[in-house]
Amino acid sequence: MRPLRNPLRSEAESFRFLLAVIVAALVIVGAAYLNTWLGVAAALLAVAGLVWWLMQEPVPGAAEPPRKVDPSTPAGQHKVLVVALPGTASVTVPERATEVVVVVPALASKLEAATGAVDDRRADAEQTALALTRRLSRPGVGVRGEVGADDPVLAAEDTMRLFGADEILVAAGDDVVEQIRGRVTVPVSRV
Amino acid sequence: MAAHAEHLEHEHPPEPYYSSRIAPSVLGMFLFIASEIMLFGAFFTAYFFVRVVNGTPWPTPPFHLPIFVAFVNTCILVTSSFTMHWALQSVKRNNPFGLRAGLLLTFLMGLTFLITQGREYSRVGFAPKDGAFATIFYCLTGLHGAHVFVGLSILLFMTIRAFRGHFDAEHHHGVEIGGIYWHFVDVMWIVVYLTVYIL
Repeated sequence: MRPLRNPLRSEAESFRFLLAVIVAALVIVGAAYLNTWLGVAAALLAVAGLVWWLMQEPVPGAAEPPRKVDPSTPAGQHKVLVVALPGTASVTVPERATEVVVVVPALASKLEAATGAVDDRRADAEQTALALTRRLSRPGVGVRGEVGADDPVLAAEDTMRLFGADEILVAAGDDVVEQIRGRVTVPVSRV
Repeated sequence: MAAHAEHLEHEHPPEPYYSSRIAPSVLGMFLFIASEIMLFGAFFTAYFFVRVVNGTPWPTPPFHLPIFVAFVNTCILVTSSFTMHWALQSVKRNNPFGLRAGLLLTFLMGLTFLITQGREYSRVGFAPKDGAFATIFYCLTGLHGAHVFVGLSILLFMTIRAFRGHFDAEHHHGVEIGGIYWHFVDVMWIVVYLTVYIL
């Protein structure tokens, strides 16, 4: 489905939308003057026309390729981001890692996401994150777990913006690895 | 790390869900528009059932709708959107006079609209208790009137701030947001006017 441009994004756009509504209203008034049902038909056509117009309008930012996340870690540190799907039993991180964040996406079906019934999926993800952080814990390495968005790629991107890892380890399919590579500048490998 | 692991084990309500899929400000505007559509939609649904499903005569005899007064009021409100737009264009060009005059005119026209609507209520010849038609008429126009009142309150603060020199070409977010709301109120009135008075 094409994205619909928000007609109230700014004052200028709201004013432009108002002008379009005024034109549509004049058409409806003219049609209703001849016949009420003609006015109703004109109103339906006007609404359809306005929706069509908003769908033709480019949505700001929608066509732009996503900007790659490029972190900068201080020297002497090596941050590792682990993206693991729920149910992942174990992963290994390099010895030189000084800080590790494990993010587990709360994978929800479209129905669950649409209705907001994601508590169980988030609980599953939380259990996996907890198990992996315990497994990866060792002296001198800061490890923490997080529950991410409902999409592994988005979860990785979100965490990168806050954490800024030097490399990403992905415990998921090759397609996920490739998609994450397209969003970040750091090395991404599958584990 | 260990502390964090312990933290995960504690019973707690789910963490607030947030992702970069949609910006909070955009989401907020969408939710606002959605809530307004649902609010007005509920009243328009009642209108639809009363007029189309039940076939209630519109307006129910012997009552008459003051179409001409409402048309004049519509012109006033539409004009106020133009002065609102002028105010914002003025502040963007660092023209404080245009900003102040635009906001003041917008406020006065909005106030005129509300007062005229009040006069219309007192002279229209029916009350909300006089049948389904009257109830829907007062509900729809009254709901919009409440929005105009809110818009006027926002405009009042914007105007005071404009006269105190709070806005300039770089900092006028308060005028921008108020302008969006005022145009939205104007669009809603056109819809109400068409459905209640014209169709």
